[in-house]
Amino acid sequence: MKIPILRLGRLLLVSIQEDLTDNEAMQFQSDLVNKVAEIEALGVAVDITALDVVDSYMARVINDTASMVRLLGAEVVICGVQPFVAMTLIEMGRDLIGADCTFNLDQGLEQLKTRIASRGDIRFAGDEDE
Amino acid sequence: MNEPASIERLPIRTHNDIVTARHAAREHSARLGFGRAYQTRLATAVSELTRNVIQYVGEGSCLIEDQVDAQGCSIRVTVEDHGPGIPDLALAMADGFSTSGGLGAGLPGTRRLVDQFQISSEPGLTRIVISIHKAP
Ligand SMILES: Nc1ncnc2c1ncn2[C@@H]1O[C@H](COP(=O)(O)OP(=O)(O)OP(=O)(O)O)[C@@H](O)[C@H]1O
Ligand SMILES: [Mg+2]
Repeated sequence: MKIPILRLGRLLLVSIQEDLTDNEAMQFQSDLVNKVAEIEALGVAVDITALDVVDSYMARVINDTASMVRLLGAEVVICGVQPFVAMTLIEMGRDLIGADCTFNLDQGLEQLKTRIASRGDIRFAGDEDE
Repeated sequence: MNEPASIERLPIRTHNDIVTARHAAREHSARLGFGRAYQTRLATAVSELTRNVIQYVGEGSCLIEDQVDAQGCSIRVTVEDHGPGIPDLALAMADGFSTSGGLGAGLPGTRRLVDQFQISSEPGLTRIVISIHKAP
């Protein structure tokens, strides 16, 4: 399965629609990091609303992906962590997910734009028709 | 749908089997009427244990057993492999201990997610038995 990466101006949106095998999760990580580099994305929103299990492996993939994306120079936000997933992650161990999160993709996009603007990036973040 | 099976034995040989096992754990717990919090805990625990089998041994099995009686219902999951075993169980159960550069959250996290947790390991047989319970 290949996870589609949507481009919105200089933002990337990824919605993980189904439970991933470990290999698919690694594939997703490298696809996303490569795409960020390719278009010099300013921000990335990863929507995990559809994930009803995030175990320690998936948590690590999400964290590592977020760190890689930040290293390249983009902002990143994780959207839609399910309440039971949040409870389970915290019960398993603190700090399994270290990235910034929002309730949903809409809020994720807003947050990305705010952050991109506040770091003084004058390149436009989305909705542009350049 | 068929009559729900109360015992299911799943071979664990590939990464896909991890996904199959965690889905099966969720289905069993949903069918017995466990709430979503419990379903998620059990599915996550099974995911951790079966991944350890793939990661450290390569092959094993996952047995899911439903029990319904006057005391309520429970699901017991036994994950087993015939690998090298875990030399120091106390260390393996400690938060953050990993021989593979992982988070070391799998075993200690799993213990916190379930109602009962038993682990035994020697060269040739590692067995972890977990269960969740619900009053009638
Ligand atoms: N079935 C097994 N056979 C042999 N060794 C195992 C087995 N399961 C776990 N171990 C050992 O116990 C250690 C701790 O396991 P645990 O699942 O807690 O953490 P991890 O797998 O290293 O990292 P994480 O699960 O957070 O990705 C492992 O690093 C490994 O050395
Ligand atoms: Mg593990």
